[in-house]
Amino acid sequence: MTTITSDIPRHGAPENANEVETEQLATGCEAIAEAIRLADVDVMAAYPIRPYDGVMQAAAKLIANGKMDVEYIVADGEHSQFEIVKHACAVGSRVFVGSSGVGWFYAFEAIAVTAGLRLPVVAICGNRALDDPGAFGCEHNDALAVRDLGWLLCWAETAQESLDFALTAWKVGEDKRVSLPVAIGLDGAFLTHSQQIVMIPTQAAVNSFLPKFDLGDRLLHPDNPITIAPQVDQDWLMEIRMQNDQAMRNALGVITEAHTEFKRLFGRGGDNPFLDEFMTDDAEIVFLGQGTLSLPMKVAIRRLRKQGHKVGLVRLKWFRPFPTADIVRSLSRFKAVGVIDRDYSFGSPYYGGVLYNEIRSALYSAPKRPVVVGFIAALGGREIEQPMAMEMFEKTMAAASGELTSGDVCHWIGVRK
Amino acid sequence: MAIEPLASTTPQDLPQIKGVKDVPYDELFVSGHRTCQGCESALVMRHMVKASGPRTIVLGSTGCMYVANTTYYTTPWVVPWMHTQLGASGAAALGTAAGLKVLMRKGKLKDEKINVIAFCGDGGGADMGLGAISATLTHKDYDCLVLLYDNESYANTDIQLSSQTPYGAVTTFSPTGSEKRLMHTRWKKNMPGMMATGHPESRYIAAGCAAYAVDLMNKIRRALELGGPTFVHTLDPCPKGWDYHPQYSQELGHLAVETGIWTLYEVIDGVCNLTGPTRQIAEGRKKRKPVYEYLKRQGRFSHFADEDVEHFQATVDKMWEEWLIPGVIPFTIPQKDAGLLRIDKRAKPLHAEAKTA
Repeated sequence: MTTITSDIPRHGAPENANEVETEQLATGCEAIAEAIRLADVDVMAAYPIRPYDGVMQAAAKLIANGKMDVEYIVADGEHSQFEIVKHACAVGSRVFVGSSGVGWFYAFEAIAVTAGLRLPVVAICGNRALDDPGAFGCEHNDALAVRDLGWLLCWAETAQESLDFALTAWKVGEDKRVSLPVAIGLDGAFLTHSQQIVMIPTQAAVNSFLPKFDLGDRLLHPDNPITIAPQVDQDWLMEIRMQNDQAMRNALGVITEAHTEFKRLFGRGGDNPFLDEFMTDDAEIVFLGQGTLSLPMKVAIRRLRKQGHKVGLVRLKWFRPFPTADIVRSLSRFKAVGVIDRDYSFGSPYYGGVLYNEIRSALYSAPKRPVVVGFIAALGGREIEQPMAMEMFEKTMAAASGELTSGDVCHWIGVRK
Repeated sequence: MAIEPLASTTPQDLPQIKGVKDVPYDELFVSGHRTCQGCESALVMRHMVKASGPRTIVLGSTGCMYVANTTYYTTPWVVPWMHTQLGASGAAALGTAAGLKVLMRKGKLKDEKINVIAFCGDGGGADMGLGAISATLTHKDYDCLVLLYDNESYANTDIQLSSQTPYGAVTTFSPTGSEKRLMHTRWKKNMPGMMATGHPESRYIAAGCAAYAVDLMNKIRRALELGGPTFVHTLDPCPKGWDYHPQYSQELGHLAVETGIWTLYEVIDGVCNLTGPTRQIAEGRKKRKPVYEYLKRQGRFSHFADEDVEHFQATVDKMWEEWLIPGVIPFTIPQKDAGLLRIDKRAKPLHAEAKTA
């Protein structure tokens, strides 16, 4: 028997030539755990909070069953959790971490500096309302809080997309042109704990997609005695911030590249890396949102289509970097856009959600722009029910025909009086 | 880019230092920092890496030894160094040690011993970072040392009181005034004692002082040699925070130990050994000096009335006369239970080769 790969540095978990892609019934959390196994993650840190911790439970089981070799550290809190992986990353480990809701905020100091340090930590945020009052359900304000920090941020719709995004996150985040942390939003309960059929790729395919993690001359090691993050003060901070800005700009191209390669290897990922459009070809009005709310909205759109309404859906996959050009190109085709926020920004312009104001801002300088209506819906884990979808449809139609005034552009949906 | 090993690297061999002449010549913490004149904490940093050698990664949490110590383009660190957050020294040590361990196990990094030391100040360690340090000391699979340099206040941010600030001391959060002479009346938290009693699987916990340099360097070396998660706490006189002339830093370090306010000891695999003058005082070979000799040398106690000095002295006396082990275990047992005390009966004590300076 001859070995022809002896000169090629091995990376990734061991491959099995007979392995084939398999179908598995998995929750979003379990799908992410499979991605952790396939990516040959080196260090992960766990701390309990619902609903993200399903992924840590699934990963623990994989380790206990000998399916993967990961340094699995149960931390004393989210702050330590994120600090542990940050430092493990600095010595060259591929890392994974995550949290939810107020836990995500407990880690926030560590989350902020991880981006400043340009360390490609991959984290999931199992979206959960920010207590108080207590609520376990899905709300996007937790993950959205990283939007100004230099984290890449995407939202998965299905368990399959959770796995696919996780593999993409390591590839994009660890790319030298980017070198930034990546957060993946998973809607609490709706995605973290709902089972779906997931295609589990082979180790060989993942190894060819995901290169070896290499920090290069930024590795913290006695053979490379660098000083990381000294005091720079007013002297150098702006220059460093601008480098991080360039990295975030680069990310748009790197995500596109990764999306193309992912599609070539795995045959999934849709036409556009940033947007997923549904029934938009001849649409006059569209809804726009993130995560799993596309599922009830697709049901509503099919119904409305049967009634003859030209309505569609644009689902935003990446929030950071914000795909401004793609958004402008896509939304300029429609008369009105109903932006559905599963979050809120108190006191913001027009008292809208975060996504609503980002979309409006992106469209401001567009030569042709649709009317934008905002909806605050499904906070705290509420579902979007069909009557709510119909109400949003009627309001968006009214906006398209000019019936709404500028003071009447954001609406809370399904709120008891 | 592949990282090539440095030519000057030395193998990991950290024997106990037998005296000043035996101290390594190499300096791994050099000029470039801007700590105050007479800064004892900077001396701790120097001794720390002198003892650990070049195959060391240092993680520094926010505090004097970050802000005043590590300026862009003028780093004093010859060894690899990385900043960590104020309360994250424990997590930084753990994450770094775990990363190195798994990468070596998987063959992604050359398998060798690399020392991991995370340091924190008294604010970052005894206040904010207490939980993370405590957690780290229970993770016995990872080799890392947490060093707490204690200058008894948040000295970098303007001298605010911490849980390590001594009773009655003036800080900017506890000034003396016309109505209140003492704003701060809490006794200093027994940090190394708490770490030693609370983490039975940590193989090494010690309290030291840079005024006893060889003793301190040997404690660093023993911590790294024994492995697992370990903890060393140093008391560092601070001219700015304690309000005295910088030339007296070493002298105040000596006085802190000689008055019995600070005790030198090490706990090796659960066996406690007093070291240096602390041992001599405990054995009765040396008389404990009155605390007033220490207090009167520092501006932070200059507002003390006689009764404050008396209270201070009485509390230190209690520590020496009533604690199970002075400076370490802050309680005792009733006479009827004297038989319950366990004495290490091994013929050759674990500390046999330990040199007391």
